[in-house]
Amino acid sequence: MKVSMVHLMPHRELPEDFTTRYKSVWVTPPWHELIDGEQAGRYYNQSIDELLHAAESGYDGIGVNEHHQNAYGFMPNPNLMGTALARLTNHLDVGILQIGSTLPSTQPAIRIAEEYAMLDCISGGRLIAGMPAGTSMDANQCMGIPPIEQRERYYEAYELIMKAWQSREPFAFNGRYTQLPSVNVWPRPIQDPHPPVWIPGLGSLSTWKFAAKHNHNYAMLSFFGSQMGKKVMDGFWSFVDEEGLDRNPYRASFAQMVCVADTDAQAEKLFKEHIRYFFDKCMHVPLPWWGLPGHLDHASLANGIRSGSAIRQMEIMANFKNFSYKDFVDKDIVIAGSPATVADKLVGAVKDLRVGNLMTLQHIGSMPHELTKESISLFCQDVLPKLRDVWDDEGWVNHWWPVKIRATRAV
Amino acid sequence: MQHSQVHSVETRNVEVWGGDVRTQVLVAGDGPPVVFLHPVLGLQWDPFLDLLAQSHTVYAPYLPGTAPGEPDAHKSITDNYELTLVYDEILDAVGVDESAAVIGHSFGGMVACDLAATFPARVSKLVLLCPIGLWTDGRAFNNPYLLELPELAVAAFADPTGPVAQAALAMPTDPEAMGEVLIALQWAMGVAGKYWWPIPDRGLDRRIHRITADTLVIWGEKDGIISPDYAQDFARLTGGRAEVLSGAAHVPQLERLDVVGPMVTEFLQG
Repeated sequence: MKVSMVHLMPHRELPEDFTTRYKSVWVTPPWHELIDGEQAGRYYNQSIDELLHAAESGYDGIGVNEHHQNAYGFMPNPNLMGTALARLTNHLDVGILQIGSTLPSTQPAIRIAEEYAMLDCISGGRLIAGMPAGTSMDANQCMGIPPIEQRERYYEAYELIMKAWQSREPFAFNGRYTQLPSVNVWPRPIQDPHPPVWIPGLGSLSTWKFAAKHNHNYAMLSFFGSQMGKKVMDGFWSFVDEEGLDRNPYRASFAQMVCVADTDAQAEKLFKEHIRYFFDKCMHVPLPWWGLPGHLDHASLANGIRSGSAIRQMEIMANFKNFSYKDFVDKDIVIAGSPATVADKLVGAVKDLRVGNLMTLQHIGSMPHELTKESISLFCQDVLPKLRDVWDDEGWVNHWWPVKIRATRAV
Repeated sequence: MQHSQVHSVETRNVEVWGGDVRTQVLVAGDGPPVVFLHPVLGLQWDPFLDLLAQSHTVYAPYLPGTAPGEPDAHKSITDNYELTLVYDEILDAVGVDESAAVIGHSFGGMVACDLAATFPARVSKLVLLCPIGLWTDGRAFNNPYLLELPELAVAAFADPTGPVAQAALAMPTDPEAMGEVLIALQWAMGVAGKYWWPIPDRGLDRRIHRITADTLVIWGEKDGIISPDYAQDFARLTGGRAEVLSGAAHVPQLERLDVVGPMVTEFLQG
């Protein structure tokens, strides 16, 4: 089992009346009313320090992602964060998980091939190359990509990046969205033929089919927790079976919010308000914006509506405001409690979902810096050791982890 | 979803663009041809088309990719220019090969303008119902893709709770049928977005001078999707006339069918 901590880098001090005063946390929140550069700088540095603390405390990987124009998580270029993290962890066997640069809205996408290659060189071959299609808010609203083109642009960018990393000779790339006369990327990654590729998704059919077909890792970024992610992961594994691929659990990753305190009661006391903050304020987005028309391809759209999963997700999201702390914890949307409780639940969840790579979100919403570090410390001391060997008895190799750091980290 | 109350509507399958684009054209009525190009929500046969079919043969093509069973038909069409060429081929395929009247609603209005600007001889009369396609900074544009259904009703209808709006927005009660309608609506908007997103300006203002057809622009004064201020711009740039109607918003041909019906019929016959 490989366990990484992923950070969203949110605004930690949104005002009490945020949801009544503003339409959305994404796309339209007014910067000048809500934050300033000094404050943002403090958050960026705290986030880097929290990830660094996770790396130093025993995590296998640390990760960042890309979002735009929002207070939910504002790392418009995750590779700027990644560079700092790579340099600061050169003494550690820690994966640099970029989960990551958004393919359809990075123009030309050859920039991702370049920046990821830089990260792999700087980190000494520790990069995990996430290749997300991006949220609808980011790609369609903030970056102006017509929703229906998002996937086609994604597939084209993917092809360009993979070829750019592996081709020995310069080549002309004649795409619909990108035309380049002579692709000859400098630098190339250390990892040969290329860094492991993770395909993050929120559960749409086409994304996990794409990941399985190309033998990449499918990384489910759900905020609905392990119970509700089960249906998606079951679908993924049955597709893996249909394709005649092996059931190597390291093919899959899953993101889970995790909070650890000394006792269950202490966890409720410490984290309740921050979970509330996250689901009230950080998820404050008009429902249609999550998937504008055309954002899903026809197969995923039809599958979501016919299977009822789209309606279920909408209902859950509309219902978050009514959830109590107990609801979030009982439904495993947040796995929170004492180290024993958290370890039990996480071991159960990863086995149930058959995932070999776990991503935790240990900073949630308004959590202050010291509390975040304490939760990370407890996780690394008392939970992580119980997760490491979950899949060892099956004897699989984690092909989706950088080869240099594939061995179990000494704790 | 609405169906004709008075006409038998024929569905014609057409294959164009070297065999890469299959779509459908709804045809009904008798008389000289009139082409209707639908808005982003997709093609629905409504009372306005019923009225036109009393004096004309109405040809209403589905935007390629939005016809039932053909969701991939948009894939080989890259941009607005190619879409215009595809429509030219669709009209040929259903036998509208002479000059004909063309009516476009909202998104369909922009497509109609491009057809008339690219093939001036193909379009004898042009009726634009709240067309998109021109852009002036600062003027209201309320992107319908971002709205929930109740917000959409308020933006598109002067009387969002009135019988016309309710009939236009009515959903099947059977969940399975409703699911299929939702898929069709979402997908139609998705496909149409290819030709206007993120700003409904694909350079029509540079081409619109090529239009030679007599042009009638009709707008609802309460339009909450796109500002009625554009009505005068379209009229000026096409040398046509603009009518801004009270008691209507983005769908004047339904909310003020009593006025728009005779106005359009008279214009087409004049």
